[in-house]
Amino acid sequence: MKRRLLLATAAALMALPAASFAQGMDKVKACFIYVGPVGDGGWTYQHDLGRQALAAEYGDRVDATTYQESVPEGADSERVMTQMALSGCNIIFATSFGYMDAVNNVAAKFPNVKFEHATGYRRDHANVSTYDARFYEGRAVTGTMAGLMTKSDKIGYIGSFPIPENIQGINAAYLAAKKVNPDATMSVVWAYTWFDPAKEADAARALIEQGVDVILQHTDSTAPLAEAAKTPGVVGFGQASDMAEFKPSPRVASIIDNWAPYYIERVGALLDGTYEQGATWAGIAGGEVEIGEITDAVPAEVKTKAQEVRDAIAAGTLHPFTGPLKKQDGSDWLAEGETPDDAELAGMNFYVEGITGEIPN
Amino acid sequence: MDIGGINLVTLLATLIVASVPILMAALGEMVVEKSGTLNLGVEGMMIMGAVTGFVVAVTTGNPVLGFLGGAAAGAAMAGLFALLTQVLLANQVASGLALTLFGLGLSSLMGQGWNGIRPPLTGDVPLGPLADIPVLGPILFSHDWMVYLSLILVVAIWWFLRATRAGLILRAVGESHEAAHALGYKVRRIRTGAILFGGAMAGMGGAYVSLVRVPQWTDGITSGAGWIALAIVVFASWKPWRVLMGAWLFGGISVLQLNLQAAGSRIPVEYLTMSPYIITILVLVLISSGRGRAMGAPADLGKTFHASH
Repeated sequence: MKRRLLLATAAALMALPAASFAQGMDKVKACFIYVGPVGDGGWTYQHDLGRQALAAEYGDRVDATTYQESVPEGADSERVMTQMALSGCNIIFATSFGYMDAVNNVAAKFPNVKFEHATGYRRDHANVSTYDARFYEGRAVTGTMAGLMTKSDKIGYIGSFPIPENIQGINAAYLAAKKVNPDATMSVVWAYTWFDPAKEADAARALIEQGVDVILQHTDSTAPLAEAAKTPGVVGFGQASDMAEFKPSPRVASIIDNWAPYYIERVGALLDGTYEQGATWAGIAGGEVEIGEITDAVPAEVKTKAQEVRDAIAAGTLHPFTGPLKKQDGSDWLAEGETPDDAELAGMNFYVEGITGEIPN
Repeated sequence: MDIGGINLVTLLATLIVASVPILMAALGEMVVEKSGTLNLGVEGMMIMGAVTGFVVAVTTGNPVLGFLGGAAAGAAMAGLFALLTQVLLANQVASGLALTLFGLGLSSLMGQGWNGIRPPLTGDVPLGPLADIPVLGPILFSHDWMVYLSLILVVAIWWFLRATRAGLILRAVGESHEAAHALGYKVRRIRTGAILFGGAMAGMGGAYVSLVRVPQWTDGITSGAGWIALAIVVFASWKPWRVLMGAWLFGGISVLQLNLQAAGSRIPVEYLTMSPYIITILVLVLISSGRGRAMGAPADLGKTFHASH
């Protein structure tokens, strides 16, 4: 009985939007699935700010109250999204790279529900769109600061998983640091997690014990900054969110992901019937990547230099990956003045020349 | 003392600190299991200890009170478990799992608004000239008092279980609650006491995560440490010294693999990342091979006791 009711409801819900898509919708239910807790102070926190901005923007026309936190990547996420689709969500924002297979599987079953996958690249079905931010542009700014501020010439990078997004960040930060400080080296530690405060703190500690005095992180919690705070002279950067509570030091600047404009735009398009499948990849210029306040713990000339890099990237006069560049194995990658296209960036799976260590498979 | 670019002294010092939370929680759980109760809610009790300890320490400005608060919160959670399993005779496995889920949710609720605050620092114990001894000084004599407390507790629990009458009774209850009952021992009361102790230990371990290891509060901060503590109890075949070894082994290898990566080791990261688990399994196999009775598990572990006559 229950199941039949459920299926009937689902069928009714699926039939309804199909008829009304072309001319827009009166009310949209937008649902969100998060990989960590909203209180992580980083990645998920920023997505949730975007959700709140969405609700504030459209008021009664959008129901953005449905979200689920700490959903593991894999089978669980598929269950959660199926449940969301069955419960009447018109658009589902899946906010972690590892939801990729699940998003595409569920999208096949619910052709009338729109799926938006953050940082992914697979759009197997017409109702799957992907969106991403050019975090590597922010990395070029923090990398510049890291190169200028390190006294031991050792920069540390806490990677989450060896996926292109991380590798872009590592390469961009290293190249920017190298440009202002030819002696700078980079040590990479893979934490194999997006969110595990104790492990992230351990990774930061391991780097500090190796003499690293500037830490860049690609994981979601503020634990590396808390660990850096224990050792005087070690600085780091806010990741995904401003992490302002660690100002003025160790957090000397930050890369902020601002998802609100994208969420508002996409749901707005759904409301007025102009929604189309897309693959968005905006950066500093588009406002999706912001550089948080550079604190007074940073020398004035370093601050000026960082702002120059930021403004040049925003203006389009500087690309973090500009040739001549070689790959780690010494083979040529980019010729003089050349920049990579988006497809090449999105699939980046090699270190640039000068970084030691291997990328795990 | 450098091996492969890693300073062995700092590594050992880090390892001892890194393994305190799982050591505390595993010691507590070992006592609980020795009394014949299986409490799978360690993770829930730890995280409640983490959030309560953090809130208390920040509010009072005193880390010692924070640890006591963490212990109290863990014991309160354990009290709930004792009520369910000892009074209402609910299934222990289900109650323990529920306790973990409850603890994760409640801690997240309690922690609202406590993100991004720095707790008061837990200072090192001033051991004076001892800390200046080369090699041994940094490894053994330059830690905070919780490290020493956890080591003292290993000895105390070993001595309690082995050499005291109360310890003997606790073990008797775990081996055969019917026999202990027939001898006139209060099985439920003894088990409740053990459960509360286990909760307090888990709570203190949790508080160590939020006050010393990570020094901050974020949702889900213990991220699975409670489950590792549970595994270490089995790994240790319910013996305090082996709990210590297990905690150091697991904590040590977790820290070592990150250090090896930071030092630019040539060993592929995949092997490093899985090494804590692989080595834990290997040791488990070695320990358990060729021994008699199921590796020292208390005979009545996980069985519900109901005094029917």
